[in-house]
Amino acid sequence: MADEALFQFLHSELIQYIYKSGANGETENGKNITKLEAMGFRVGQGLIERFTKETPRFKDELDVMKFICKDFWTCLFKKQIDNLRTNHQGIYVLQDNSFRLLSQLSAGKQYLEHAPKYLAFTCGLVRGGLSDLGLKSVVTAEVAGMPACKFQVMIQKA
Amino acid sequence: MAVCIAVIAKENYPLYIRSVPTQNELKFHYTVHTSLDVVEEKISAAGKAMADQRELYLGLLYPTEDYKVYGYVTNSKVKFVIVVDSSNTSLRDNEIRSMFRKLHNSFTDVMCNPFYNPGDPVQSKVFEGMVSGMMVQAS
Repeated sequence: MADEALFQFLHSELIQYIYKSGANGETENGKNITKLEAMGFRVGQGLIERFTKETPRFKDELDVMKFICKDFWTCLFKKQIDNLRTNHQGIYVLQDNSFRLLSQLSAGKQYLEHAPKYLAFTCGLVRGGLSDLGLKSVVTAEVAGMPACKFQVMIQKA
Repeated sequence: MAVCIAVIAKENYPLYIRSVPTQNELKFHYTVHTSLDVVEEKISAAGKAMADQRELYLGLLYPTEDYKVYGYVTNSKVKFVIVVDSSNTSLRDNEIRSMFRKLHNSFTDVMCNPFYNPGDPVQSKVFEGMVSGMMVQAS
């Protein structure tokens, strides 16, 4: 109940803080996104450790992705991923039709260019979770129309 | 009561290893190291068998003439190894499981600590306190 709103406010402030402290120095835009993603990475590792304490071991990559889409997303955002697509060669696209962290921004074109900032932390969360489960990956996100967004996960083969 | 407890990282190096100090520690380090092979074997064998609800707990890895070695793997591929004295009244399976559960809970707390970098040796006092509670008291 209240904890969802708490995290959303904290997340928005986090983004404002990173960008303000970035504006004082001469850091360019890319570094801020990297900082947010790195934060998400570390948090993701700890979260996965806690959430997978009781679950049985994962059989394969697809099993891990399904866990991320269902249990992990439910614990974080109280809903599951709406659509998971894969080409069975290490690329997965997770589609969320009403992403919680974007739902507070108006659903239109006005803030479309600011949306990636709000997705960076979650990209890090997914990357950290996957890395803790043994899968190195690259996670990117794109927003076609608010508040829907797509996360693309590319698993790197060793 | 355990004689030696070890936490081994995903890349198979020890994050935390502690044994009863009165005895030859090197022997325990060696035992834990050889038990890693057995752990790997069990993980890869379980993949082909049916998915078991209690896959995390691996059970008795192998008995030597003095000691028994038990293993447990988390979903993040961190391994816990407990060595117990055979001469001790044989600990029941449930007690070993509960020891592993306590270890896993403490380790999860260590992971969530923002001051801890994953991959570093574990230096948490709370973790050490919990482990001391499980080891044989040095006489």
